[in-house]
Amino acid sequence: MSTTPPFPEYELPESHYLNVGYGAGIRSWLLTTDHKRIALLYLASVTVFFFIGGVFATLIRIHLLTPEGALVSPETYNKLFTMHGVAMIFFFLIPSIPAVLGNFLIPIMIGAKDLAFPRINLLSWYIYIIGGSFVLYSFSTGGLDTGWTFYTPLSSIYSNSAVTPAVIGIFINGFSSILTGLNFIVTIHTMRAPGMTWFRLPLFCWAHYATSLVMILGTPVVAITLLLAGLERMFHLGFFNPSMGGDPILFQHLFWFYSHPAVYIMVLPAMGVVSEIIPTFARKPIFGYSFIAASSIAIAVIGFLVWAHHMFVTGESTYAALAFSFLSYLVAIPSAIKVFNWTATLYKGSISWDPPMIYALGFIGLFTIGGLTGLFLACLGLDIHIHDTYFVVAHFHYIMVGGAVMGYVGGLHFWWPKITGRLYPKTLSQFAAIVLFIGFNLTFFPQFILGYLGMPRRYHSYPPEFQVLNVLSTAGASILALGYLLPMFYLIWSMRYGKIAGPNPWPATGLEWKTDSPPPTENFQVTPVVDWEPYDYRNRPDLGLVAGGPLAPAHGDD
Amino acid sequence: MQSQLPLYPEQASNFAPHVDALMIFITSVCVFFAAGITIAIIYFFFKYHRKQADAVGVPIHGDPRLEAAWIIVPAILALGMFSWGAVVYVDYRHTPSDTLDIYVIGKQWMWKVQQPNGLKEINELHVPVGRNIRLTLASEDVIHDFFVPAFRVKMDVIPGYNHYNTMWFRPTKAGRYHFFCSQYCGTNHALMGGWVTVMEPTDYAAWLSGSGASEANPIAAGEKLFAEKACVTCHLANGTGRAPSLNGMYGAQVLLADGTSVTADDAYVRESILQPNAKIVAGYQPLMPAFQGQLTEEQIIALTAYIKSLQSQPVPAKGSGVAPVKGAETAPPTEKR
Repeated sequence: MSTTPPFPEYELPESHYLNVGYGAGIRSWLLTTDHKRIALLYLASVTVFFFIGGVFATLIRIHLLTPEGALVSPETYNKLFTMHGVAMIFFFLIPSIPAVLGNFLIPIMIGAKDLAFPRINLLSWYIYIIGGSFVLYSFSTGGLDTGWTFYTPLSSIYSNSAVTPAVIGIFINGFSSILTGLNFIVTIHTMRAPGMTWFRLPLFCWAHYATSLVMILGTPVVAITLLLAGLERMFHLGFFNPSMGGDPILFQHLFWFYSHPAVYIMVLPAMGVVSEIIPTFARKPIFGYSFIAASSIAIAVIGFLVWAHHMFVTGESTYAALAFSFLSYLVAIPSAIKVFNWTATLYKGSISWDPPMIYALGFIGLFTIGGLTGLFLACLGLDIHIHDTYFVVAHFHYIMVGGAVMGYVGGLHFWWPKITGRLYPKTLSQFAAIVLFIGFNLTFFPQFILGYLGMPRRYHSYPPEFQVLNVLSTAGASILALGYLLPMFYLIWSMRYGKIAGPNPWPATGLEWKTDSPPPTENFQVTPVVDWEPYDYRNRPDLGLVAGGPLAPAHGDD
Repeated sequence: MQSQLPLYPEQASNFAPHVDALMIFITSVCVFFAAGITIAIIYFFFKYHRKQADAVGVPIHGDPRLEAAWIIVPAILALGMFSWGAVVYVDYRHTPSDTLDIYVIGKQWMWKVQQPNGLKEINELHVPVGRNIRLTLASEDVIHDFFVPAFRVKMDVIPGYNHYNTMWFRPTKAGRYHFFCSQYCGTNHALMGGWVTVMEPTDYAAWLSGSGASEANPIAAGEKLFAEKACVTCHLANGTGRAPSLNGMYGAQVLLADGTSVTADDAYVRESILQPNAKIVAGYQPLMPAFQGQLTEEQIIALTAYIKSLQSQPVPAKGSGVAPVKGAETAPPTEKR
């Protein structure tokens, strides 16, 4: 029995954002102000950086097969993990969901024709490309060996690698992030269609609103901090250099003031994606809409107050450590609220096993482990032991790869029919999601144990007793790599050969599914009027469902 | 004994059982929640699998009681984790007074250790079992971190005149244990490790005296430096020089020009050598040159040891800038007006 409704044979719409201006070729892409095309420019460029970062990761895992290091010199190894981090965090994870899916979807989801500032949107892509070029220049002219954290005075005085261009690149790239955040906030405030009230907003928009707050308020701090480190390096100024009276710990405070909230830039949008996928494939309203929406804002706000939990063993004052530990536990609560609400949404749903749902449930599993292991690190007494070990590496990969990337890939699968107008092979993509989930756990779960046993991070060689777990992790990584390569192939394949999707293949309730796939350049032929509640399948005869569904108790649970 | 694939390192310090107990507590809570969520998801996944293509779910919008429950229960458990963790941490950050003091200096990419009698070790640390050990940590270059997994302790080693991190532990089991640098510090970060040897106290005493310690007496080295660097020209022992006498200064309260006073500990001595103008002793002019960048960490430790050794000598007539507090001084310093 089929789990998706039999839908008629669709044709691609005659005119849509992809074929408009086709004659102008590359020019029509590089000068576009259409948020959907800019999203695709981002999709291509973040994929390039994901690929670069992925190659570095592969080399790291191969190198760690033997205790003395199987592949490269210590210098090269240090460059590999540094460039892996810089490429993945600043140029893949931070822009991935917001600049690709957010860019594409937010205007359509709220019934607008474009973002509030279409040209600034294009500008932010160009800024990203310029910043990325500086970083690639750094990678190719000596590389970078400071760690993605750029701790001073190692980065500002002692490193012999190409720190300056990398720092300039990240500084420039920061403006891209700031402008994207600004664009989202103004758009969500001012351009909602009639009837699209705040509490009818898709939770994806709430998550991006919270993300944008962090982007606008946090990014300037890290940009300035890295600039100061760069100035210290170039002109021998003494901001952080202790031999000139500077304070190396000040750098860490400033760096983490952004870089901890940056974790929420990566994971909040993924939570937004999951909050869309779960109700769609359970065909029921999301459980606790307002709690999920509010918890996004709470994460963004409290997330700014926990940065010094990265510094419990720097010798910071005991009182500061107590405060930051307490606040770190506080920020765990809104994340827990989301996980409980997603799980509760499944209860009495009509659950399909379509690929986006597999990804979303995989996200919940991995994010739960990532979030819970954060409780270990927030614990002062325990952090003395596990700080700066592989436990930390495992923890943040569960959040940023298990969480954010799983959400991103799941989101791509969910909205791919909207973006390209075509479907991808279902069984193959279900298989890919499961491969990704298993490969991820095999790669990173052993690292929790490695960390507790005491293996520090960023080691190009290690005592032989750690070898078994490292080999296990590398074996898992080869499965994980397959989990990433499969979607790359079949999604590209589907762009030409996939079945035509039609406007609403799942079907889902959001405004983006009420327009063509792919959408026209102006998104809607007529400005839509919203007169339904979010994720409401009962009062939407236009979806062609309901007939066989179990009847709800009249206002039973409200 | 440990199996081939252990889940935790050996427990060899007073902190290890506490940290492991915390680990077990938090792991239990987390496994409970993770298992609950996973089982619920898998159960719903199969139980409510869509049977009919056009079926929809039961619209349930939420339940404030449930929301309250899953806010309050995790909050209470989190508070428990926080409190227990805080107790262990506060213990770790409050060094007891009866410690055996050992200096540890990190530099790219080696560790230099100096035992109380001046004996020096490289990438090795010998300590007696059952004794509270305090490590005073200094860095010659970048930030390092001294980490002993078997003791479950680590502390950053930070360069700079206002940082002298210390850490303490009490070894509970004789043996040899890894120590690592766990703060990334450049090319050979991974090689910047060594071994802690925990010995029976008698073995430790024998080892300490049998290793030719006299040639490396830090007090003698400090005294030599004190003359070489011309400290002695101003810091006259009888208190008549342009700078305060250092006799009896260490450990006492020093009265400063701004009216406050400060305890003369290692950090104060270090700062006063490297950045003399940071704290001016009452009654004296800021004349001393800064020695920032001109002394190695070892030399600073030697100078500190020498200054410490002046403690027993009588305080001279003009005074050493030592504030008249506690009852320690043999002759109260003259008041200056």
